[in-house]
Order: sequence, then structure tokens, then C-alpha cells
Amino acid sequence: MHSILFDRDDGVNARREEPGFFADLHLDQIVHSLTAGREEYDLAPLFYQPLHDVESVHYRHHVLSDLEQEPLLAAVREFARGMQRARKHLELIESLHHARQRQRWFIETVAVYCDVVRGLRDRLRAPKLRSQGFLMLRDYVSHYVQTDVFTRLLQETREVLNDLAAVRYAIQIKGNRVRVTRYEGEPDMSEEIQAAFERFRQGEVTDYRVKLREWADMNHVEARILDLVAQLYPETFAKLEHYCARNDQYLDPTIGRFDREVQFYLAYLDYIEPLKAKSLEFSHPRVSARSKEVRATATFDLALAAKLASEGEAVVCNDFHLDDPERVLVVSGPNNGGKTTFARTFGQLHYLASLGLPVPGADARLFMPDRIFTHFEREEDIQTLRGKFEDELFRIHEILERATGDSVLILNESFGSTTLRDALAVGTEVVREIIDLDVLCVFVTFVDELSKLGPSTVSMMSMVVPEDPAVRTYKVVRKPADGLAYAAAIAEKYGLTYETLRRRVAR
Amino acid sequence: MKAFLMHADRDFALEANLPAQARALTQDLELERLLRTMASGDDLIFDVAYRALLVSLRDPEAIVYRQQVLTDSLDRAAVVRELYELAGEALSAERTVWGSLRHSPRTSLSTSVQKLGLFLGFLRRLRELTDAHAPDFNSPGFTRFFEMLRTELDEDYFELVAGYLETLKFKNGMLMSARLSTGNKGHDYTLRRPREQGLLERMFDRSGYSFTIPDRDESGFRALSDLEEKGLNLVANALAQAVDHVHSFFVMLRVEIGFYVGCLNLSERLAELGEKTAFPVASGPGDLVLSARGLYDVSLRLTTTEQVVSNDIDADGKSLVMITGANQGGKSTFLRSIGLAQLMTQCGMFVGAQSLRVNVCEGLFTHYKREEDESMESGKLDEELARMSEIADHIASDCLLLCNESFASTNEREGSQIARQVVTALLEAGVKVLFVTHMFDLASSFFRQGVGSTLFLRAERGTEGARPYVIAEGEPLPTSYGEDSYRRIFGRDISSTPAVMPDIRRS
Repeated sequence: MHSILFDRDDGVNARREEPGFFADLHLDQIVHSLTAGREEYDLAPLFYQPLHDVESVHYRHHVLSDLEQEPLLAAVREFARGMQRARKHLELIESLHHARQRQRWFIETVAVYCDVVRGLRDRLRAPKLRSQGFLMLRDYVSHYVQTDVFTRLLQETREVLNDLAAVRYAIQIKGNRVRVTRYEGEPDMSEEIQAAFERFRQGEVTDYRVKLREWADMNHVEARILDLVAQLYPETFAKLEHYCARNDQYLDPTIGRFDREVQFYLAYLDYIEPLKAKSLEFSHPRVSARSKEVRATATFDLALAAKLASEGEAVVCNDFHLDDPERVLVVSGPNNGGKTTFARTFGQLHYLASLGLPVPGADARLFMPDRIFTHFEREEDIQTLRGKFEDELFRIHEILERATGDSVLILNESFGSTTLRDALAVGTEVVREIIDLDVLCVFVTFVDELSKLGPSTVSMMSMVVPEDPAVRTYKVVRKPADGLAYAAAIAEKYGLTYETLRRRVAR
Repeated sequence: MKAFLMHADRDFALEANLPAQARALTQDLELERLLRTMASGDDLIFDVAYRALLVSLRDPEAIVYRQQVLTDSLDRAAVVRELYELAGEALSAERTVWGSLRHSPRTSLSTSVQKLGLFLGFLRRLRELTDAHAPDFNSPGFTRFFEMLRTELDEDYFELVAGYLETLKFKNGMLMSARLSTGNKGHDYTLRRPREQGLLERMFDRSGYSFTIPDRDESGFRALSDLEEKGLNLVANALAQAVDHVHSFFVMLRVEIGFYVGCLNLSERLAELGEKTAFPVASGPGDLVLSARGLYDVSLRLTTTEQVVSNDIDADGKSLVMITGANQGGKSTFLRSIGLAQLMTQCGMFVGAQSLRVNVCEGLFTHYKREEDESMESGKLDEELARMSEIADHIASDCLLLCNESFASTNEREGSQIARQVVTALLEAGVKVLFVTHMFDLASSFFRQGVGSTLFLRAERGTEGARPYVIAEGEPLPTSYGEDSYRRIFGRDISSTPAVMPDIRRS
């Protein structure tokens, strides 16, 4: 069966639980936003399932490139809205009791479905489609619309609806007696009244029609009247009944699947739209399952950017690149300077790339990992420092046991709670092991020395404004670690550098 | 049905936008005194007169149209006042009927039926009044108005409307038509006027199907009542709109007649005070006509029991009138009498004069020295310039500008220089300017130019026993009569008169 998400059917395995690293990378927030308002599509599992080969990623890139054409995007949205409307009708039918009401809603559901499918067929014609995904869809829909199944469904639906639209009747109410007859063309009293008083009209007219509450449901008087109307028009209602019995399996499974899966793309495009409007860049990364030379410019933490953008705050972008034999980004520098955010960005980028989605930033080139592992400081209350250190060590050990050379590791402020001496000693060990694994890694630490453990480590630093060290720029740049630079700057600000203090402190 | 008593071809717009200078005009020309006399305690008349004065007519023919209606009104004051009362009574009677138009069509319908019943009575009275008095009116406005009432409110019409109101009591039950909408719910319920049906026909009418709501079926009765509400919705809407139409007719009648009642009030008051009024002769905007006999300040006259000074002016062909002369010499009053006469002329009223010929202007503007801002010495010139700048935003060719001691908040040299440039520019733009000033430098510079289109007037003490001050043609004189005033008030002389006193005045 054709899928707009998977180029091969063996790619599908519905995973329901969130991957372990989601929370650390704030991917949980992203997916929460992506799926909000789209609950009916059950999209989360699609976001829990990364792709593992480059062709599958390209399949999605191509689909997305087609979707970037406004006419196609509009067509798909219209299709989705129509399908949604049809689903709403079906939900409503569940809550109705009167058979003739259910029948009418059913035929209207099918009418919507037919319209939507035909609309999709028409609107897929115009755009220049290039992706295999949409080309196949176009072929499928064109063919489907011409099948006997569909043409018969359409014709029958129209006939019955036309008959129903022609039904006109009159109700006479006197006291407790109600009579239902055919309508015989009696004059409209409101028109007569309007005509009589029009001469006094001076200007604009107020609308005094009362908004009377309407329920989808019927009360027994309405139901009774409907039954009498059915007696007035017996053939029309008999046709309707037969129609419903015949057509209960109207929905084509391939169309249904497209309806759900295309939401994966729409959700993401809608999510990044306001960010693009703020001149933040997104691009299709070049992905590779072999080369570990990765890079991106003007990239950012997607979850944070979405939050900042909604609050009208500016988003700080960063660049990174790793050229062979570099593998490990060791990030140091002042706290609250954007180190953690940078680490998350790196992880997010690789995950989003393996979903076949555009990633934050330009000129992105990313590796397709077999798995992603994260180690972030835990919130849990562990009483002793030793307990905490040991817990960290335990988790990192576990990661190193499971990681392969094709994994991506994000280790954030590991050993932050221990002594420099311990952190240096253990950190060096861990980083050496990572180097040996030849695995892509971001390692956030306050231990400068870890960035100088060989040609595969690269140092990056979070930056402050030189004149006012208290101001963070949230820039993380590739430069040699220098823990003293920040200390010197902040000391100068308070007049506590050696020279200043010498002058200030008289003998 | 339109009153068309204010304009030959359109309604009087009570909601019309006031010109930008409305506030300044009201203040500078002391319109409130005039308006209060016109209103004589009636807020509506106050509003109408206010609009009429400030939203000037610009077409001499339109002015004549009102003058003729006003002439009729002055001749048949009692009938005009009765028309005003009648419209007022109709509207008060309407207010005695309570009932929401917004919640239930049934309630709305019965409220509207009652209101229309009441209105019908007043419309009959209006028709009777027409029959009794129409022949006494000669103006095109009133002639058309009464003719309209005769045609529109004939006996057939009254019968037709009474018939509708009777039918809407539903003594024979109600008939509505409907269609089937989504979910086979009844829709498009429309109240129908049943065809006249003979007794026999009705007895043997077996078309359709009927049922009866059992006596104990309370929810059935509620449902039936809901259904009736739906059937009544449109007709209740039409009826509520009919009430609005008749209501708005009476409102418009009251508004337009209200203006003339206001004129009657003013005319009667001035007659009591022994003052003459006259209908001015208005000519087209480009004409440069201004000549009056016995022109007085109506606003001032209404606040005192004494006679006020009246003046003659002959300024035909003059685009600039410079008025200089003694303090307390009646210059401001004179300027105001011209401004008031201009506004009163352009709303179709009589003016406070024995005679007046004047060209209409496209817009009247006033730029008066403001006494109230004396606390903020330093900002006074700023404030004056800002106001003049605002005037410049709106003023155009064929407008009239009245300046009263403009730019006197700075020294004479500066003030004259600014004023000279302003006035010259405006004159060249085709604006007519009347300028009251004690700035000799300003006035004399225009005098020296000797342009024929400038008129110089001077306030002077009259000869013994005559009126204290007159405004007569006269060249500007180097000293004003400040010395005199000083002496009169202080009982002593100014010790020495410096040639130039800019700094003293400023401080």
C-alpha cells in the first residue's frame, strides 16, 4: 500500500513509547507541540521512529520539497480539512438515535468524502510534482476516482441528495394538533410585512433573528414530523435507506493512510513556520550513514526557539563542524552561557535528520546514528555527593556499554558535582573511551583539560560580552578552552584584577 | 418616506463627522450660549442645532431651501411645534411597551405587534394634521413633505397594516413551510399566510397526515413551542425591523423639525429682546462678499439685558480685513459677530443683523489667543504655532480664517513676522482672512503694501453721547488705546511708554 512516509513497507513498526533521550533533548516538548491539536491522527509513534537508511530519508526530503510549493500545500490542507469534516460527521452519527437522521448524516459524510477525493485529484494535477511519494499518490488517486466503485458511489450519492433537497413540506399547528402536508406555495408573511413597512425605512437594518438553539439530535415531535414527511415522499426515503446499507465500506484504505501520514509533514511545517517568519533558517541536511564529518551553521535549539519566538524574544544561533578525525566537541565556559542548549541542539539535529525532516540551520551535514544516548544531570534527590557521582558513573558506563561507533552521545555536565581532581581523572578516562569508540559526541564540562585529549577532541566555549562579563551571549564558539579568561573579565569589572587591586589597595 | 426638510435630497446626518475645527469654533465663537437658547432645555434640539451650525452648507441654493422651510416655520410656528411634539409622543409611547426582541421570536413578535399598533395611531394623527394644515405651507420642503404623507399614508395602507396585525394574532393557528437540511432536520421554517379556504373545503381537506400531542406530554408541548418559535423567527424579525423603520421615521422627523423648532426658540427670544434678525443673502464661495448693516454678536446679546453694539461693514472684494484699534474697543465682539453670522448663514438660519450679504466659505477656522494657558508661559508660542499648524492641515482655498490677536504671545517683531508669513501664504492660497491685532508692525506692513483687496478697520471711541465704540474704516495707528484703558482702570497714567515693549510683555 502506498505511503507518503515510508518508501518501503518494512520500515513501519509502531512504537508507542517515547525514546529514552527525548526528555533530555527536549524532543518531548517538540513532539508535544507537533501533535497538539492533531490527536485524531495519533502522530506521536511516527515521531518515535527514526529512519536508518539514507534513501528513506531522501524519500521524505523529496516529499517535503514538493510540499513547499504553496498550491500543493494548500491542496493537501484542504484535503485534510475535508477528511476531518467527514470524521466529525461519523462521530455525530454515533450519538444519534433516529434512523433517518443517521442515514442522512451518513450520506452527507460520503458526499464530503467524494468531494474531498475528487478535489485532491484535481489539485494534484497542477503542481509540478517531483517526489516519488506524491507522484505515486497522484497516480493512485487518478486511478481510484475512475474505478467503478468510486464513480458509482458518487452518482448514487448525488441522486439521493438531490431527491432529499427537493423535499418541501408544510406544518400546520393549531392547539395540540399538527398536520404535515406538501407545501402549496402559500405566500411568505415576513416578505409581506417587510414590503408593507419598507417605506418607513431610514437607514441600516438591524437583524433581529433570534439565534435559536439547534441540536443535531431530534425531539420526538420533530421525529414524528420527519416520519410523516417520509410518508409524503416514500420513494425518496426508501432510496436513502438502501443507499446506506450498500455503502458502509466507502473509505479507501490508501486514502485513509495518506490522510494520517501527511500530517507528519504538516505538523512539522506548521511548527517551524513562525520561526521561518523570524528569519531563522531550516534546511534539508545532507545525511550520511558513513561519514562522521558533520556541520551546521546558524543552527539552534528548536524547542527553545519555539518558546522564545512565541514570547517575542530573539534566538541565538550557533555553528559547529567536525572534520576528520574530529569526533568529540568538548564544551566549556561560563554557566548559563548556552552550553546545555548547544548540546541539545546537536542531539536534536541528528534526530530530526533521521526523521527525514528539515533541521534548524543552514548548510547542514549530519550523520545517521544507529542510536542516540544522552546523559543529563538528574533531578532526583540523591542524598550524598558520592551517591550522585556513583549514579552518574553508573549511567555513563551503561551508555558506553551499549553505544557503537555509529551512535551519537550527548553528555551534559557530567561529573559536575564532584571535585576537579575526580572529574579530571574520571572524565579523561571516559573521553578516552569515547575516542576509542570513534563515536560522535558532545561533552559539556567545566574541565578544560578534557578538550585537549588528542586530535579527535575539539574545544568550544560559551561566550560573554567582553565589556560586561555578566552578560551572556549564548554564543558557543570553537576556540581553545580558557577558564581564566572569564574570571579575568569579571574580576576587572569589580576592580579585582592584580593591577587594579594593587593600585586600589594602598600599602 | 423621508422628511427631507434639511436637505432637498437627503437626510440630515446627526452622526456626521464634525469638521476638525469644531471645538475651536465652539469655544471661540461661544456657540454654547446660542445653542442653549435654541434648545431651550431640549437636548435633541441642542444636538441637531450644533451639527447644523458646524456642518455648514456650501451651496447657496441649499441655504435658500432651508431659509424657505424656516420662513414657513416662522409663519406657522404652532403647527411646526405640534409636528415636533407628535413625533416625540410617538417615540415615548413606543417606550411604554416592554419586551425583549432578542430571546424569543414569540415575545418579540407580540412586542412588535403592540408597538406597531401604537405607531399606527400616531401615523393617523400625522395624516389628519396634514389634511388640516398642508395648504398653509409654501416652501418646497414642506410641500413635498406633506404631499408624501398624503400619498404614502392613505386609507388602503392603514387597512392593509391593520389586517396584518390581526393575522399575526394567529386565531386560526399557524402555517409554516420547511425543507430538510443536514441530518434531515427541518430547516428554513417560514411562516405562510394561509389561503382563504371555505368552510366546506376545510372540512374535506384530507391532504397530508396529522397527529395530536397528548395532554400530558409536556415535553411534546415544549417541542411544539420550539418549533413555532422557529416558524416565527423570520416574521418576528421582519416585524421588529418594521418597528425600527417606523421608529426611525419618527426620529428623523423629530430631528429635522427639531432644527426649525430651535430656530423658532431663538427667533422668539431675540424678538423679546427687541433685536432684529434678517435672512442673509449668500453667494458662491469664490465671490468675496461681506457687507452688513447693524451686525451684532448674537451670543453676547443672549447673555445681557442691555443692547449690544452693532456694526456695519463693507468688505466686498476684500480678501484680508485687518482690524486694529483700542483695547476694549469691541474688536473681538465684532470678529465674533462675523463668525457667528457666517455659521448661521451656512446652516440656513437668519442672522443677527438688519441685513447681510456674504459669500459662503468652504470652511470656517478661528485662531484665537487663548487666555487659559497663561500658566505655561514658555510653551505659549509653541501652542499657538501648533494650533496654526493644525489649521494648516485642514484649511484650503475659499475658506475663511478669523484671527484674534494671533501670535501675541511673543514679542511684536517675532509675532508680526510669523503672522505676516502665515497671512501672506494663506491669502495666496485663496483663504479669506480677518485679523484682529494690536501689532502695529503687522498691520502697518500690510497697509504700506497698499493692496486693494485689503480692508483696514479700526475700533474707535465714538463721539460724545454716541455708542462708546465703533469699528470703522481706518488705517492702523502706532499706538493702541492701552494707555486709556490703563488710566481708566488704574486711575493713573503710564509713567513712560517705551517704543518697543516686547520683553516686558513676554515676561
